[in-house]
Amino acid sequence: MKKYIADWTVKENILFNGGEYCLLKLGFEKKIPKILPGQFVQVLIEDSSTTFLRRPISVHFVDKKKNELWLFVQVIGDGTRKLSEQKKGNHLNLIYPLGNGFTLPEKSGKFLLIGGGVGAAPLLYLGACLQELGYKSEFLLGAKTEKDILQINEFGKYGKFYIATEDGSAGEKGYVTDHSVLQSADFDLIYTCGSKLMMTAVARYARERGIACEVSLENTMACGIGACLCCVEKTVRGNVCVCTEGPVMNINQLTWRI
Amino acid sequence: MADLSIEIGGLNFKNPVLTASGTFGYGNEYGDFIDLSRLGGVVVKGTTLHPREGNSCPRMAETPAGMLNAVGLQNKGVDYFISEIYPKIKNIDSRMIVNVSGSTIEEYVACAVKINELKKIPAIELNISCPNVKEGGMAFGTNCRSASEVVRAVRKVYHKLLIVKLSPNVTDITEIARAVEAEGADSVSLINTLLGMAIDAEKRRPVLSTITGGLSGPCIKPVALRMVWQTAKAVKIPVIGLGGISNWKDAIEFILAGATAVQIGTYNFIDPTVSIKIVDGIEDYLNRYGFHSVRELIGNMQ
Repeated sequence: MKKYIADWTVKENILFNGGEYCLLKLGFEKKIPKILPGQFVQVLIEDSSTTFLRRPISVHFVDKKKNELWLFVQVIGDGTRKLSEQKKGNHLNLIYPLGNGFTLPEKSGKFLLIGGGVGAAPLLYLGACLQELGYKSEFLLGAKTEKDILQINEFGKYGKFYIATEDGSAGEKGYVTDHSVLQSADFDLIYTCGSKLMMTAVARYARERGIACEVSLENTMACGIGACLCCVEKTVRGNVCVCTEGPVMNINQLTWRI
Repeated sequence: MADLSIEIGGLNFKNPVLTASGTFGYGNEYGDFIDLSRLGGVVVKGTTLHPREGNSCPRMAETPAGMLNAVGLQNKGVDYFISEIYPKIKNIDSRMIVNVSGSTIEEYVACAVKINELKKIPAIELNISCPNVKEGGMAFGTNCRSASEVVRAVRKVYHKLLIVKLSPNVTDITEIARAVEAEGADSVSLINTLLGMAIDAEKRRPVLSTITGGLSGPCIKPVALRMVWQTAKAVKIPVIGLGGISNWKDAIEFILAGATAVQIGTYNFIDPTVSIKIVDGIEDYLNRYGFHSVRELIGNMQ
């Protein structure tokens, strides 16, 4: 897929939990090129003396009607804080679309999209793309506590959702892999994005039941385009770049202790 | 219109802007962003005789105005390069240079022999300065005797332009530069990364899997500039300057310090179009001051 570098305009920046998360809605002067669910962008952070590299952020949603790209960001350090401080009308320089994206199924089935914390972000666009293909999705969203379960109304547009929180403040108490829906339903395909710990547990669940499963990986990145080889994941084919051969990988590619 | 072309060891380059090894893949990674034929040259990813998996992660740590890396020369080996990569890059209308590394002198030599056969590769950059491999790499480039030995051995079998990439992790870089010049190197490129370290205070452990790594980016520019200036005075062969160049002004500074050409490295990650902006910026600068050729600028400090 052809990659681009261009300035986008902040249309809206919605803060959650007093600035712990932000939803950036970015507009573009031309029609947004095709972006696959699971792909990411590299955002240039300006005016932060401690931030040198671009920040890889997954595509949360592409609003084709409004020609907007949504990024859902958790504020972790100075770079992501700068993103949360963006005002309407500001410009952000992006390199996009990057990475491979989730494999879209060829026929209908029972699909479960499992997100942990801010890892849920790319699953919204995945759900939207699955719906576009005429497929129904179910979402299982996990987080530490109720306030970290975000964008529920958006997810609800594309399918049924289940919630698990570690403290039981919303949905079922426990990890996503403890949720009762995993015991009561037979899924054909699972997509997941979240912490490695969570995704390992999801991958184990999928493998035990012979369910196809794709995970979206995260790693610190420099270039984002396969040039620097900093973000590699050890796979059955050796070390491969998460930025180009991922971030989405089938669990059969991984060397994790599943 | 000012003339941007330069010459290194008899080889003509359309302009003095090359991209640095390890930051530009094999060139095509950047093909969506820039016209590669506008570059003076591309130094492709470090290549070794045998495939290397590189170091485990984390391999990278961000620093103020720079980054540390500990990639460890991950590459699929020279045979893979020749069969799979070379056909895809040989028609890029720029000087395609292969960065060659090894753990032993025999490996450097064997790799250079194979690259010597490739018609569209007019030069190699001998990497005796990688800080991220246990054997070889920087070990060769940090003392005059071993630097001389590896250059002497490669010079015997490699008959095209031989550039030697120097490590800044030495007491006096000019001694190493003179030593490799005496063995027949056509040019030296400097600096490779500076050995550095990052510690995670919260986790109370080193950030990189290898503990130490190579520092690059704008933060190293003053060190690189100083070493280029010192080296350009110490040797007769052309010096290629690199280290933290992020805009045309940086590039001009390296040329004024005595560099015949420059390489753009880490900043490609921030702006994949930066190399072309630098080509344009150098041309504007020459026109603005009425220089006919970029060659008039080399070492031309008032």
